[in-house]
Amino acid sequence: MNKLIQTLWTMRGGVHPEFNKEASTQQPIQTLPIPPLLIIPLQQAMGVVPRLIVAVGDEVLKGQPLTSLAANSLGAIIHTSTSGVIIDIKQHALPHPSGMSGMCVFIETDGLDRCVETARGVQSQASCHENKSAQEKLIDRTPNDKTMLNASVSADYKLDYQLFPPDVILQKIESAGIVGLGGAAFPSATKLAAAGQKSIDTLIINAAECEPYISCDDALMRERASEIIEGINILMQLLQIEKCLIGIEDNKPEAIEALGVVLSERNKDQRCKDHHAISVKVVPTQYPSGDARQLTQLLTGIEIPKGKHALESGVLCHNIATAYAVYQSIVLHQPLLSRIVTIAGDGVKQPRNVEALLGTPISYIIEQLGGYTKKAERMIMGGPMMGFALPSDELPIVKATNCILVISKAQLRLASKATASDEIQAMPCIRCNKCAEVCPVNLLPQQLYWHARAHDFEKTAEHHLMDCIECGACSYVCPSYIPLVDYFRFAKTEIKSQQQATLKSSKSRERFEFNELRKQRIKQERDAKRQQHKEALMKKKADELAAKALLDKAGDNSGKNAVNNSAHIVASNATVSAAEPPKPDTEKLAKQDAIKAAMERAKAKKAAMKAAEQKDSNRDAV
Amino acid sequence: MLSAILVLVGMAVFFGLLLGYSAQKFKVEGDPVVDQIDQLLPQTQCGQCSYPGCRPYAEAIAKQEIGINHCPPGGEATIQALADLLDVEAVPLDEELLQATIPTVAIIREETCIGCTLCIQACPVDAIVGAAKLMHTVIADECTGCDLCLPPCPVDCIDMIPVTQTTENWVWPEPSGLRDSQGQSLAKISVNVEPVTVEAKR
Repeated sequence: MNKLIQTLWTMRGGVHPEFNKEASTQQPIQTLPIPPLLIIPLQQAMGVVPRLIVAVGDEVLKGQPLTSLAANSLGAIIHTSTSGVIIDIKQHALPHPSGMSGMCVFIETDGLDRCVETARGVQSQASCHENKSAQEKLIDRTPNDKTMLNASVSADYKLDYQLFPPDVILQKIESAGIVGLGGAAFPSATKLAAAGQKSIDTLIINAAECEPYISCDDALMRERASEIIEGINILMQLLQIEKCLIGIEDNKPEAIEALGVVLSERNKDQRCKDHHAISVKVVPTQYPSGDARQLTQLLTGIEIPKGKHALESGVLCHNIATAYAVYQSIVLHQPLLSRIVTIAGDGVKQPRNVEALLGTPISYIIEQLGGYTKKAERMIMGGPMMGFALPSDELPIVKATNCILVISKAQLRLASKATASDEIQAMPCIRCNKCAEVCPVNLLPQQLYWHARAHDFEKTAEHHLMDCIECGACSYVCPSYIPLVDYFRFAKTEIKSQQQATLKSSKSRERFEFNELRKQRIKQERDAKRQQHKEALMKKKADELAAKALLDKAGDNSGKNAVNNSAHIVASNATVSAAEPPKPDTEKLAKQDAIKAAMERAKAKKAAMKAAEQKDSNRDAV
Repeated sequence: MLSAILVLVGMAVFFGLLLGYSAQKFKVEGDPVVDQIDQLLPQTQCGQCSYPGCRPYAEAIAKQEIGINHCPPGGEATIQALADLLDVEAVPLDEELLQATIPTVAIIREETCIGCTLCIQACPVDAIVGAAKLMHTVIADECTGCDLCLPPCPVDCIDMIPVTQTTENWVWPEPSGLRDSQGQSLAKISVNVEPVTVEAKR
């Protein structure tokens, strides 16, 4: 406790916007009632779209998986957040910057919240006992695992995960569909599995929450600190590491206090004697200290090299809400079904943090919080710096939704220009260099801006555009109100699509060349066959000719002999008739012989058949 | 005088031999420029350039038989890349080929398909699967949208549809550019543009 504040490194650049977090942290987290309708998008994580395993009309129970994922594919499965009936599966607008639609499962809830397994903290346990469904099967694959599950229901359940081998924990995290809850929604199991293959020594828990207005992690730490610490312990046990740093910005004193109390209690606890060294590190409030790379640098001094993953530098970064989700999945055996969402801004009557089931329509949440104020003009998912505008409130809460900002245009303009670029007219760049001063990753935004605007994507890549973390600090300070980060996002996606096109074209080239090669081979083979056939024909002909010649010779000889013989008897006129016929004669004879033989064979066959028939008829008669 | 001539002649002979030797020794098989051009072409193998495939077109460009602006699937990006590579001026796409160049993919109306295998034979990238008298289908991921399967189909059951956009291949829209105080676009600023009055903000 005394050494909460330890040595810190510094981070480059950054800005100090108005954080406006007070409004939503005045009240505790409100757990929302079950909404009448859930809209659950199939894809809520980075990676492939998982395969749907339910159908319209199916009755589903809380925690039942709706999708499955092929082995070794990147992605995360989803579960139903409560019990009900699937009334529709169709395309619906997604909370995504493109505003595009994706497949969503529409569930009409029954309000009973019946669940699939004997998890703690879930209502109506009686019905849960009866329903051993896919979820449970998924979790306990081996009988060994099963006994552990039973053990976990025993009195002191909290420490039972220590009996679990790492692969069981990993399996549970995967089947719980946990993704990084900081906003990127990268599948946690994949990240942890990758970490297991590298030698990492430090787990960094990201609780900085540097973006203005967002306070969901703050609220979570204030109210559920012991669960979070438990989750962190599980992660550390899984990774077999002894050091964990929790990075928190100094504008969250209550959260720091709450975590500190839990940690000191654990230190006193006999059972936790072998506790792992978890320490809370307070970082100065500065945007964007909550970016994984910036936080790593602040806490450890390690600057993760360009193009490398944090794992290669021996650190692994997870969001604090992810640690809580891990706790839920391992100790409570509950998949990721809900999350804390900050509802903030001057456009909503009661800004606060709510615990919402995944799939809850935003409109329902706003309704529960007293509705909109007259100032509500824009709706943004995420914070004002990195978030994006939502076209309607009929969109569901997904795993990546940390904040819904309902805000007036005037306030948005004050908060950030990154998301208000439509409202503000951009002026020409005056080369003031402010953007380069605040860029946390050492880029030259104005240079990138010129190249991106000229569509010179090669140049932007040369200026390391792909290292841009899209934090929006440059847009924030730009005195000309240029939506710099919008240009960078545009250029980045453009470069990515060009790369994909190149990849596809090289694949097409390969296929085309193979196709050509095959056609050529087939042609060659056909030619060769034809040649062979031709040769065979020629040979046959040659043979025939040779045979003919031989026969001719023979015929000639016989003719000659005949002539010689008859010469004695008949006069010279006989020679003509004798010499002419022999060739056709022998051939005809041979042919006639062959025909005769064939006819005889046919006759014999007929006779045999007749005999057989007779036999048959005889037998029938008998 | 004589010595100078001798020296020069000697050098000429020496370098001539050196060049001749290296031309033999380091001879490059094939034409590397063709490979480089081929790398830049989109490999749809559509034949819209009037050559049977991308590589023949690349060869023709290398021989300067045809311009660099005859590839509609590649569009302006390819023309620009080719212009950079060959150090020639980028020209707009040939007018005869000016059509919508949105990426498309073939799809077979499976209930109409009679299983004649003609499209399978026509596909340059083997993206159609099927067998005689059995339904055919297009592997959408492999289809280059070259249209070559359309003419041989006797029942016209192949449609070209635009590539479906997903959140995966979605491209962030370009910001609408600079605007002056009247909302006029300033996207192309030339030297003659009147100075814009910048309001004092913040």
